[in-house]
Amino acid sequence: MARFDHKDDSVIVIIGSGAGGGTLANELCHKGFKVVLLEAGQQQSQMTFRNDEWFAFKQLAWTDKRTTSGSWRIAKDFPNLPAWTCKTVGGTTVHWAGASLRFQDHEFRTKTVYSGVEGANLLDWPLTLGELEPYYTKAEDKLGVTRTNDIPGLPGNNNFKVMYNGATRVGYKTVHTGRMAINSRPRDDRSACWQLGFCFQGCKSGAKWSTLYTEIPRAQATGRLDLRPETRVLQIQHDQNGKATGVLYADKNGNHSVQKARVVCVACNAIESARLLLNSHSSTFPHGLANSSGQVGRNYMRHTTGSVFGIFKQPVHMYRGTVMAGIITDEAELNTKRGFAGGFEMETISLGLPFAAAFLRPAGWGRDYTRVLEQVNNMAGMWIVGEDMPQEKNAITLHPTEKDEWGLPIPNVHYDDHPNDIAMRTYAYKRGADVYKAVGATEIIEVPPYPSTHNMGTCRMSAKPRDGVCNKWGQTHDVKNLFISDGSQYTTSGGENPTLTIVTLAIRQADYIAAENGKKNI
Amino acid sequence: MKRREFLQKSALVVAGAAAVASGVAVVGQADQQATKLKVLNDHQAQTLLKMARQIFPHDRLDDSCYMKVVEDLDSEAATKPQTAKILREGVASLDRTRNSKFVSLSSDDQVAALKKIESTPFFDKVHSTELVSLYNNHAVWKLMGYPGASYQIGGYLHHGFNDLHWLPDPPETASPKPV
Repeated sequence: MARFDHKDDSVIVIIGSGAGGGTLANELCHKGFKVVLLEAGQQQSQMTFRNDEWFAFKQLAWTDKRTTSGSWRIAKDFPNLPAWTCKTVGGTTVHWAGASLRFQDHEFRTKTVYSGVEGANLLDWPLTLGELEPYYTKAEDKLGVTRTNDIPGLPGNNNFKVMYNGATRVGYKTVHTGRMAINSRPRDDRSACWQLGFCFQGCKSGAKWSTLYTEIPRAQATGRLDLRPETRVLQIQHDQNGKATGVLYADKNGNHSVQKARVVCVACNAIESARLLLNSHSSTFPHGLANSSGQVGRNYMRHTTGSVFGIFKQPVHMYRGTVMAGIITDEAELNTKRGFAGGFEMETISLGLPFAAAFLRPAGWGRDYTRVLEQVNNMAGMWIVGEDMPQEKNAITLHPTEKDEWGLPIPNVHYDDHPNDIAMRTYAYKRGADVYKAVGATEIIEVPPYPSTHNMGTCRMSAKPRDGVCNKWGQTHDVKNLFISDGSQYTTSGGENPTLTIVTLAIRQADYIAAENGKKNI
Repeated sequence: MKRREFLQKSALVVAGAAAVASGVAVVGQADQQATKLKVLNDHQAQTLLKMARQIFPHDRLDDSCYMKVVEDLDSEAATKPQTAKILREGVASLDRTRNSKFVSLSSDDQVAALKKIESTPFFDKVHSTELVSLYNNHAVWKLMGYPGASYQIGGYLHHGFNDLHWLPDPPETASPKPV
């Protein structure tokens, strides 16, 4: 494994090893660049993962204290855990379910297409689906997405059987086992899916793509990746010309070091990426790095979500097999007749008994709740993933008083549901209930959102520097050798699970960095 | 401490829950178990035991499953004076809601008493601890029919992941056959 000197200013520093950072590291190493990959979490493996919901949560989740505000239900249900992302090598690709959907064409142009949604800070992306298509193709091949590249779909489990029958009975047309970055056949040195049922807890079979055991070891094999787990970046530093020069970080023993860099790429997931830029303020950049627009941390999006569970007279055993075992895409299409802008996907989801108790009714107790929990074997479940509206006031800000163990302000996450989000969720709950009632559900449970797994928009792309933080390549408008490499780049959220697009943007960003390097522009 | 912070706190109690998960079910009467406790006295333990039962009542679970919750609360109280204080004062307050002690109330009156204090740090402490302690207890899983880990059997691929027969199978275009 490569080890580069702290003073080596020819390296590219990437902060975060998930879908964006892990992919970018591998792409850049294969282009001949030296990369230092800094990851806050520990290194785990398929051997250390456990099929145990609470154990895995403790092992993998980012549980550093955060605060919340706003009208969203999360502020009441999980006031100090607004997001459910990971602190581990591989980032949230260890936890993700594997759903790999492309954005739709109109979702890059929502300001134009939705023609004004009051209170929403909509903006068209500075790129098009056409520009991204070649990179989507590369990303789907990299991830081994089912139903692309002649890869067969996964076999559906019991949870999907219930969804399929209900969906087709209510008239939905496009219902299948999804486009999943989970092997239906052995491929790319990864096994086929064992249907373990613990996708969220780290895939012990390795059938699900994660940067942990694909991109990162392949980057290491080039001899050009210096992976440093358990390091916390505290500040991105710059010179008097406003060019990034490196990062200050703390290792697990609390020792502080500065790693010099020619380019710095931020891929810490949308809350921490914004927080890091804000915490990197200086006399030159008093409001935070790359924040001349004032948009760093703003326009935070987390998708309009919620879950619907149906209880049936006969067993389902929803927790057997892949968690996202199937999808209904009919509601994702552009359709302005439903009383809201944007669309949503309906994807199966399952919970084991421990998390069913924690999430089906947050803070629930008493006999009416345990009566529900006792029927966990007879439940089918689906998750709603819909486009939410960017709002300038929905923002990551630095807490005025509370600090973390390194003395830096913790983040506050503010989110007010937009009326469009509420209208979509209300409609989606009803349609989800229709699906399950059509196949005999005796009871429907509408479950409020879990802590957010999809976090986007806090350093958004914009054509004009005044509207956002980075350009169409993720390069910040203000600091030419500083890049945003995760879901923070999202101008708007789309209605699709974000990982595939994050990977796609990372592959494309690597090409851009190499080209700009060749032209000596960075 | 605010209510409903259970995910944060659960990270702290999960070590205890994992110990529960790896052990066998505790058998025996609650009052015998109570003698093992480090901080809580018998009355406090009995009150918390009844309370735990009312928070997540499952008729098929015997008191030993709920006694584990009391033991986990006791363990935390032994190392955290603040928790000990919350539990001590909480039990005392429950005993004051009616003219008799909480443990002597009818089941309906116990629920009514808990309803009155459901937004207190005391209720939240017991609820959030129990959420993990009870539902991460392998003995409870067994009694409720939840199998837990599947890795040791090679997953559900050959163990019923698609064995539902009360609905028709989707066509292969929607759901290809397993390899």
